[in-house]
Amino acid sequence: MNTSGKLKFEIDGKECFAEPGQSLIDAAKANGVFIPSLCHLEGIKPAGSCRICNVKVNGRNMTACTTPVADGMVVENNTAELNEMRKTIIEVLFVSGNHFCPSCEKSGNCELQALAYRYQMMVPRFQYEFPIRGVDASADHIFHDRNRCILCKRCIRTITKDGKHVFAFNGRGGEHLHVVMDDELASQLSEAEAQEAMEICPVGAILKKEQGYVVPIGERKYDKVPIGSDIENK
Amino acid sequence: MKEKIQSILTKYGADQGRLMDILLEIQDQFNYIPDQAVETLAEGLDLSSVEVEQTLSFYHFFTRQPAGKYAVYLNDSAVANIHGRAEVKEAFEKELGIPFNSVTEDGLIGLWDTADIGMNDQEPAAIINGAVFTELTPAKVKNLVAGFKKGAEIQDLVEQIGDEVSGPAELRTMVKDNLRLEGAVLFSDYQIGQALKDAVSRSPEEVVEEVKASNLRGRGGAGFPAGLKWEFCRKSGGDEVYLVCNADEGEPGTFKERVILTKLPKLLFEGMAIAGYAIDASLGILYLRYEYRYMKAYLEKVLQEMRDQGLLGKDIAGSGFDYDIRIQLGAGAYVCGEESGLIESLEGKRGEPRNRPPFPVEKGYQDKPTVVNNVETLCSVVKIMLNGADWFKSLGTNESAGTKLLSISGDCEKPGVYEVEWGTSVRDLLKIAGAASVQAVQVGGPSGTCIDPSQFSRSVAFEDLATGGSFIIIGKERDLLRDFVVNFMDFFIEESCGSCGPCRNMNVILRNKLLKILEGGGTRIDLDELYTWSLLGKAVNRCGLGQTAANPIITTIDNFKGLYKDLIKTDAEYLSTFDMEQAVAESCDVVGREPKIHAH
Repeated sequence: MNTSGKLKFEIDGKECFAEPGQSLIDAAKANGVFIPSLCHLEGIKPAGSCRICNVKVNGRNMTACTTPVADGMVVENNTAELNEMRKTIIEVLFVSGNHFCPSCEKSGNCELQALAYRYQMMVPRFQYEFPIRGVDASADHIFHDRNRCILCKRCIRTITKDGKHVFAFNGRGGEHLHVVMDDELASQLSEAEAQEAMEICPVGAILKKEQGYVVPIGERKYDKVPIGSDIENK
Repeated sequence: MKEKIQSILTKYGADQGRLMDILLEIQDQFNYIPDQAVETLAEGLDLSSVEVEQTLSFYHFFTRQPAGKYAVYLNDSAVANIHGRAEVKEAFEKELGIPFNSVTEDGLIGLWDTADIGMNDQEPAAIINGAVFTELTPAKVKNLVAGFKKGAEIQDLVEQIGDEVSGPAELRTMVKDNLRLEGAVLFSDYQIGQALKDAVSRSPEEVVEEVKASNLRGRGGAGFPAGLKWEFCRKSGGDEVYLVCNADEGEPGTFKERVILTKLPKLLFEGMAIAGYAIDASLGILYLRYEYRYMKAYLEKVLQEMRDQGLLGKDIAGSGFDYDIRIQLGAGAYVCGEESGLIESLEGKRGEPRNRPPFPVEKGYQDKPTVVNNVETLCSVVKIMLNGADWFKSLGTNESAGTKLLSISGDCEKPGVYEVEWGTSVRDLLKIAGAASVQAVQVGGPSGTCIDPSQFSRSVAFEDLATGGSFIIIGKERDLLRDFVVNFMDFFIEESCGSCGPCRNMNVILRNKLLKILEGGGTRIDLDELYTWSLLGKAVNRCGLGQTAANPIITTIDNFKGLYKDLIKTDAEYLSTFDMEQAVAESCDVVGREPKIHAH
């Protein structure tokens, strides 16, 4: 690797290199190190909202998606403490929504489910809230199922029609915040755009209508290998 | 309706950055934000309607349903509750025949709960159409309702004026200052305008150096050195720089800025001008919390006076320095007290705190270098310019120079505002406030620390008990966990912006776990879990709210473990909260059966 002009840093003792300005999460990926996240999308301004990519930078907790690499950074990532914290955050997401994997079209392609497997979540230790959330099926090609939404803001940040945002937050706080879809704009999305929206959603909150189980369960992205394997085995 | 909305939009140049002002005017006009407004704004601002709703639904005082021609927002802080809020609430409900959080059938009167409105020293208090009504009683409620029914102007229902002698008469408010102790910095005598004239005769760098040398630290709570913040901002450079004054004191139990704003507005504005000069800004923005809108017209008048005196505007004191100040109202969101959340709100967006880096001093308001300083911090600057850094450092402690303005409330004889030197002990504060029989003191508000009597020799200082100004005294007769800790957790759940998953969700889990214990369903395991889970937020969340929201639980388990131990069951390892009858109630309802689980 040509390392001239690059920043040198370290993750769990492994020597890594980054382009100036590159975020820690993207730089880690380029160096074969997986840092988990549910809200990050490469090339899009980070939200820093799921908090799962928390790492320790020179001993301090920082989200890897919002932290640009600095020369000489010493990063802890795959430690018992951080992994336990990630598992906790994932469990909290499970009990705060209505996530029934066996009946979800996204099962096997779902990043929340895949991270739960990777961090070996068994039965969540928290009480299920079973919140009452709605399903919006008014758009031509999209189902919006708020039961499964983890409020990561991926759709809010990326899915637009004529420069206007199709999805947005509504309300605030621990008991009222949810994501809403602009039905009129959503109906203008083409089938291809609906498919793209479904793929941007890390869970099964955005689904493309009139199609199901195109790839059978058992042959999906995370059915055979844990999430992050593609990065680690590169 | 459409024309009216269109004209409001035009008034603000169809500028998305002024969305807060636009929505405030619409809410005032119609008592809510109608569908038509959402549609018209979306069209005029080139946004989707869900984007307009995204902003407006963030703020407590923007409503999508009519809030009532008279919208009564009754404070539901813990201190309001101990001072008889329940009777006032009941009186309103009885008079009107409707429960809280609803509107009378004719749309005339709405009753709403609202988070701390900065009146803890004169509770129970309510905001009604912008005016504040304090020390409410069932008898006062009767009069108010009678006035509403007659269609009275809200200002005509203000019967008593809080401080007829000392308060600015034009405010015509019931709010009392309750200024109990004037200290050496904020309330010392001074010549208005002198510090600003001195400052502009020196170089901006010299002003920064003087403030740096004074060790002045931010009074909002975090305690970041003010001079250093200014220096960082100067280093960011750029042709446009902003100075923002944070007057969004929302920490329950804080009301000291209320007193500065009405008693010493010129001191504040002079401080803003000096800070503006130091960082090369030409505009300062005062972000005023919605709850204090009753003073906005008065503050505008003071600004005009200062312009007329040549202390604001073009070429201040013949120095060539141009500077003016505008006031931006908030609309009810605690998290906007966080500086980057405040900046988002200033830009007409949801007040969600930003990710750092970049810091506001690099990229703040409109992505330009911005300094956000607290009201009290900026007032201190004026006195530092007049009396010098050494004088300032001679007050307080090594790490906390100067004085601190405290808002003392709760179970004491003399609730109010006290200016004391940093380093004053809790015991001394309890004495001057007239508090005997104290169970606990909540220092720094819900996000601070709850201490027990064994710690009353500790002092108020950044190096010991830090506080932005809130000091709540909790008497021995109070139920600390039910009346305070639960109220504080409900507050954080409601006020979390919701952006960070662990803040949005974990505080709900913690509150529910606490309720389980309070209801007698907790064991040792529940208590251990409550504590362990409480520690997550501090490590992982983005902003101060998320990092400190579990403090009411953490610090009461640390300091009042006995209260919890008395509640937990010792004869069981685990108690389930699962209630079969409740779980099947909905499905039984659908098929018309009674849930009789134990009958089989």
